[in-house]
Amino acid sequence: MARLYEYQSKKLLREGGIRVPEGEVAFSAAEAGDIARRIGRPVVLKIQVWLTGRAGLGGIQFADTAAEAEEKAGRLIGMKVGHFTVDRILVEEKLAVKAEFFAGLVMDDARKCPVLIFSAVGGTGVEAIAKLHPEKIATWPIDVGTGLREFEARNLVRRTGLSGGIMLQTAELLTKLYKVARSKDARSAEVNPLVLTADDAVFAADCHLVVDDYAVFRHPELGIEVAREFDRPPTELEKIAYKVEEKDYRGTFYFFQMTDAIGPDDRVIGFHGAGGGGSMMSMDAVLARGFKLANFCDTSGNPPASKVYRAARIILSQPGIRGYFASGSGVASQEQFHSARGMVKAFVEERLAIPAVIRLGGNCEEEAIRILGTYGRGLPGKVEGYGRDDSPEACAARLEQLIREGGEVRHEVKPLAAFKPAEGAYAFDTLTGKLSIDRERCASCATKGCIEACAPKILKLDDGRPALAITPEEARKGKCTECLACEIFCRFHEKAAIDIQLPIPGLAEYRAGLREREG
Amino acid sequence: MSILVDEKSRVVIQGITGREGMARTQLMKDYGTNVVAGVTPGRGGQDVYGVPVYDSVEEAREKRGPIDISVIFIPATLVKNAALEAIAAGVKLLVIVPDRVPIYDVLEIARAARETGARFVGPNTLGLLSPGKAVLGMIGGRAQRAREWFKPGVLGVSSRSGGMTSAISYYLTRAGFGQSTIVHVGGDAVVGLSHPEIMELFERDDQTRAAVMFGEIGTTQEERVADLIAAGKFTKPLIAYIGGKAAKSGTRFSHAGAIVEGGRGSYAGKVARLRDVGVHVVEAIADIPAKAAEILK
Repeated sequence: MARLYEYQSKKLLREGGIRVPEGEVAFSAAEAGDIARRIGRPVVLKIQVWLTGRAGLGGIQFADTAAEAEEKAGRLIGMKVGHFTVDRILVEEKLAVKAEFFAGLVMDDARKCPVLIFSAVGGTGVEAIAKLHPEKIATWPIDVGTGLREFEARNLVRRTGLSGGIMLQTAELLTKLYKVARSKDARSAEVNPLVLTADDAVFAADCHLVVDDYAVFRHPELGIEVAREFDRPPTELEKIAYKVEEKDYRGTFYFFQMTDAIGPDDRVIGFHGAGGGGSMMSMDAVLARGFKLANFCDTSGNPPASKVYRAARIILSQPGIRGYFASGSGVASQEQFHSARGMVKAFVEERLAIPAVIRLGGNCEEEAIRILGTYGRGLPGKVEGYGRDDSPEACAARLEQLIREGGEVRHEVKPLAAFKPAEGAYAFDTLTGKLSIDRERCASCATKGCIEACAPKILKLDDGRPALAITPEEARKGKCTECLACEIFCRFHEKAAIDIQLPIPGLAEYRAGLREREG
Repeated sequence: MSILVDEKSRVVIQGITGREGMARTQLMKDYGTNVVAGVTPGRGGQDVYGVPVYDSVEEAREKRGPIDISVIFIPATLVKNAALEAIAAGVKLLVIVPDRVPIYDVLEIARAARETGARFVGPNTLGLLSPGKAVLGMIGGRAQRAREWFKPGVLGVSSRSGGMTSAISYYLTRAGFGQSTIVHVGGDAVVGLSHPEIMELFERDDQTRAAVMFGEIGTTQEERVADLIAAGKFTKPLIAYIGGKAAKSGTRFSHAGAIVEGGRGSYAGKVARLRDVGVHVVEAIADIPAKAAEILK
């Protein structure tokens, strides 16, 4: 779920006609001082993080003067809370609070509609209050066809005991809140507290919107970099992975790091799952053997080999991992040789030195296991493939054994070499990469097996050498499915004339940066 | 009997000329599903593996007669329109395969379905399969595999994970237990038919003697199954596994979520509620066949 910061959420509320305190975001103490000066009244300083209970963490401070604001801001910026280092704070006018309410919009999976909750008591600890005073809380299931109508909002607020102008103002705010949430595809929206000021005005004093990951594409104006559920900002490697996912709609690819500081004694594994349920089960199997996971990764939904390849390269950009564990449900409907080819290409290019246990049970698993066994054989790290009758627990135990037998080698992240195609090579673009054939070498090729290997059958022999049987335009638009079969065949059985470049923007720089930090 | 689909159900495939649509049409036809038509707007007149293609669901109905089920293979951003089209054409069961359908689109589909009494499975579903009768969606991938992995029998399977739908059913088959129908209810936060609705269908199905449920943390589905059992509306033996024990909980729930769900959604909460009403909760997937043997003895 793509979370917005409080200051971003409040900007959207303001645009939706909801009253919010005057204020701005500051990235430095000096900026905070300037904002406080412009406001010209006592201010509140609030750290911008995706956590509740900021007051208890000391993340909310008050200042009467601009100088005080600047001084306190200096202490807030750089503060560490949870996974966050505070890099921005909201500076806004301090309200004269007479009462605090609560409003929240959530998705109800049982009724299959948004539900609006309003509470006539709000602020810190609202869940506990909800239990003690159920009469102060009312909920309303919203019909997405009509939206939240004003009379519905008035009845909702009225049922919590509020009346008169305060009830009217609050109800109006709630109808606007739903409109903002709906127009921005927010799957949750929370205002805690809604403040009634000394002069009886109702303000949204805090606000957190969470935008539906699947609808982020409708909202380029929100500038959401990584539309995934995180409780911290995305890491560099996660951003690189997300760009891969964004550019390739075939199948899904999800990657997040569970630690980015692996110590010399930590027994950490790079994890590559397939499908949510099977991944969870497989992770439990690895954790049960006392390993930690460097990352979680899921490639599923019938992804092409090229996407699995990129996932593997990203997983192998984590220095210090001692093994590579891939495992899904064990009985996948997708044809598993695609994943096998993607991984083999990555392992060979990395010259993998740590053991890899790959559980690719499901359709065509025999072919997948053969590919891993045959082409992973020459590597310093042992690569083994397993199928649907091998349990995740047995595979995790096997990985542990291989790690021990191999002497607990730690994975070293090497720089990515820049690619130079052979002079005058025959080349064409694929959906996400480039395929080149050094046809000088094809002259001595006995089998021309690449033609046969090609799954979508888009290669033909032209004067005894491979060439496209379709137009380059068709290949670029996806007729070349990036199955990698031609390249793998050619590399292992013939003259290694075919090279498929699948760039991962930002990864070379990331790896170079890693070495600098380590070096 | 089986639930939701059998060999007589008349099926239309929306998005039949796309990459996934074509591949899965072959699977469904080869397995024995009664696919009567395909729909891709602008491609009317073509055919895919012998299935005639029409420009709209309404046209398919006019030319081919009544349609019971539509299976949707359309890019996620266009799913809402396709689903509303099928509902408007009078289709009463939709199987929405694509992943990443925006949540408000799902809510609008649910609203339209409610008005006409239609039901839907998904989104983000591998589909469902009644062994020996028919498959909807992509379970099994290829017909021959589906025939090897799944056999007719007395266990109903309902799962929130696609891969685990197949895996659990395969492990049951290997241990000698067939299935009535296996259903992947979909992996999203809001889905059409969820575990409790599937359990109600299994309750009424005379072929089903017991059920297996793969649950996960999040949503209220498993707790609602417990409610159903407590109310006497599901009386057959149920084996359950809940995934996500190791996943950290808490951070994702907002205040509002906590108030609405009232503590629902967590691993411990689900397991406790289910055990409380007599569900056989197992700790490992591998324990399911043995538990089934014990129950069906």
